[in-house]
Amino acid sequence: MTANAIIDINDLNLYYGDFHALKNVSMDIPEKAITAFIGPSGCGKSTLLRTFNRMNDMIAGTRIDGTVAIAGTDIYSNEVDVETLRKRVGMVFQQPNPFPKSIYDNIAYGPRLHGVTDRRRLDEIVETSLRSAALWEEVKDHLKRSALSISGGQQQRLCIARALAVEPDILLMDEATSALDPISTLKIEELAQELKDRYTIVMVTHNMHQAARVSQQTVFFLNGEVVEYAETERLFSNPTDQRTEDYISGRFG
Amino acid sequence: MAKSYDRLEGKPHLTEEWVGKAYTFVCIMFLVITISSMVYFVASKGLSTFLVNGVNVGDLLTGLKWNPEADIPLFGALPFIFGSFSTSILAAIIAAPLGFCAAVFMVEIAPKFGRKYMQPVIELLAGIPSVVYGFVGLSVIVPFFRDTFPGQGIGIAAGAVVLAVMILPTITTIATDALAALPAGLKEGSYALGSTRYQTISRIVLPTTLPAQMTGIVLGIARAFGEALAVQMVIGNAPHIPHSLFESTSTLTSAITLSMGNTSMGSVHNNALWSLALILMLMTFVFVFIIRMLERRSKL
Ligand SMILES: Nc1ncnc2c1ncn2[C@@H]1O[C@H](COP(=O)(O)OP(=O)(O)O)[C@@H](O)[C@H]1O
Ligand SMILES: [Mg+2]
Repeated sequence: MTANAIIDINDLNLYYGDFHALKNVSMDIPEKAITAFIGPSGCGKSTLLRTFNRMNDMIAGTRIDGTVAIAGTDIYSNEVDVETLRKRVGMVFQQPNPFPKSIYDNIAYGPRLHGVTDRRRLDEIVETSLRSAALWEEVKDHLKRSALSISGGQQQRLCIARALAVEPDILLMDEATSALDPISTLKIEELAQELKDRYTIVMVTHNMHQAARVSQQTVFFLNGEVVEYAETERLFSNPTDQRTEDYISGRFG
Repeated sequence: MAKSYDRLEGKPHLTEEWVGKAYTFVCIMFLVITISSMVYFVASKGLSTFLVNGVNVGDLLTGLKWNPEADIPLFGALPFIFGSFSTSILAAIIAAPLGFCAAVFMVEIAPKFGRKYMQPVIELLAGIPSVVYGFVGLSVIVPFFRDTFPGQGIGIAAGAVVLAVMILPTITTIATDALAALPAGLKEGSYALGSTRYQTISRIVLPTTLPAQMTGIVLGIARAFGEALAVQMVIGNAPHIPHSLFESTSTLTSAITLSMGNTSMGSVHNNALWSLALILMLMTFVFVFIIRMLERRSKL
């Protein structure tokens, strides 16, 4: 299962000030597949996810030891350029957060940051990204409209397209469907299925059924620790740890 | 009567409610009456220059010579209007970038230090009396300009610098509020795409908060436009349009404060000063209107 690992986490501990949020986490996340993080609220799922693109750097008082390596490079070493890392590791958030700009400018934002200025090249990127996010048909006739004018589900797919526009290898999704209605949720799950052939996806979800439906591997967290990590089918049908079984059978959380 | 008294006795909060309503109503009426009588007073005085004394409105607004006590009195207020606009707008041009950068520093770069030390200092700046600003301007800025640039040091540049410092708290405070109100998700979204802090500030933070920033700037201009004492101390008070930023000139407010005591109520000169006050008041209405428009825009 770890033959083609792209993210390699070793003895990772993370502290928010005095609070020990991640405890001795070690795991390998395989390439071009969907890995789901499940567990009760506050158990550290987002915290771990945000170490992969170093979004935790911005929280004052965060301390970390252990290593997180992506494609063989320790991303917390001094040589790593955070902006380049984030270009390779895209992120979609719980609340859709399109910029108050046009649909076009939202998608072109990332490429422009990284120096793409050619209009035709940008047009191309906007179209492919929107197609990849299964949004092109719905918005192609009004790319100049404000991104805030489309529905929440469309906004979230726009955010996925925006992340894809800088050509990442990894896509992190932090409860990306929890603010959406069931139909929009289904669309994003289908989209994730399509994208996993080209991207490594790590998704945090509070919804076990979603994890069971879309992921190939599932990690179960509790109080900052990894309790169990297995192929999704195995974890849900035959958990080895009593706490996993309690959680997936709905006895707590 | 007895019946309604019983009803109120059973429910004392109804009495309280009524008293509260009556009290707020009286306060509001007092405000409305004060404001409308002031507007009426300034307007009737200011307009009588044209209606009673027969001065031409166009001559007052565009005339270049102000000499109300001459044998053939001249009421050209354009130098004052020009002086008021140029000092306040230049002040805003100086203060706006400073205020924005200070706000960015306090919100984005060093929030702890900002909230603990900078915010109180800026609030303190807002509380300093304008005579102190004028005094500092007169003893520090004017000599500096006199030594550095051709001219006497007094004038639009000195007035604008003094005003810039005076309106900096307004602009900074509003900019800080605007930055703090920006949804955190927007900035995160930008950083997550690999943007640097500078890129996020210039491409997301500044454009998104622009209407609110503009509100602060217009509010600053309005304050500068109405400031009298500090400007008067450093501007020189010569009633003509200057050829440089370092040459004596005057503003609407300083023209009023300097001459008001020397004129008798009802004289043409006195009425003409009221006309200047009327211009000031109308400009304030315009500023308030612009701010309202901006606020509506920033809510969208
Ligand atoms: N910025 C922060 N400062 C301090 N504690 C935090 C911060 N962010 C999260 N935490 C704490 O870390 C723990 C894990 O949070 P999080 O990773 O967001 O959980 P999850 O995503 O699993 O709900 C929680 O107990 C939370 O209170
Ligand atoms: Mg979370």
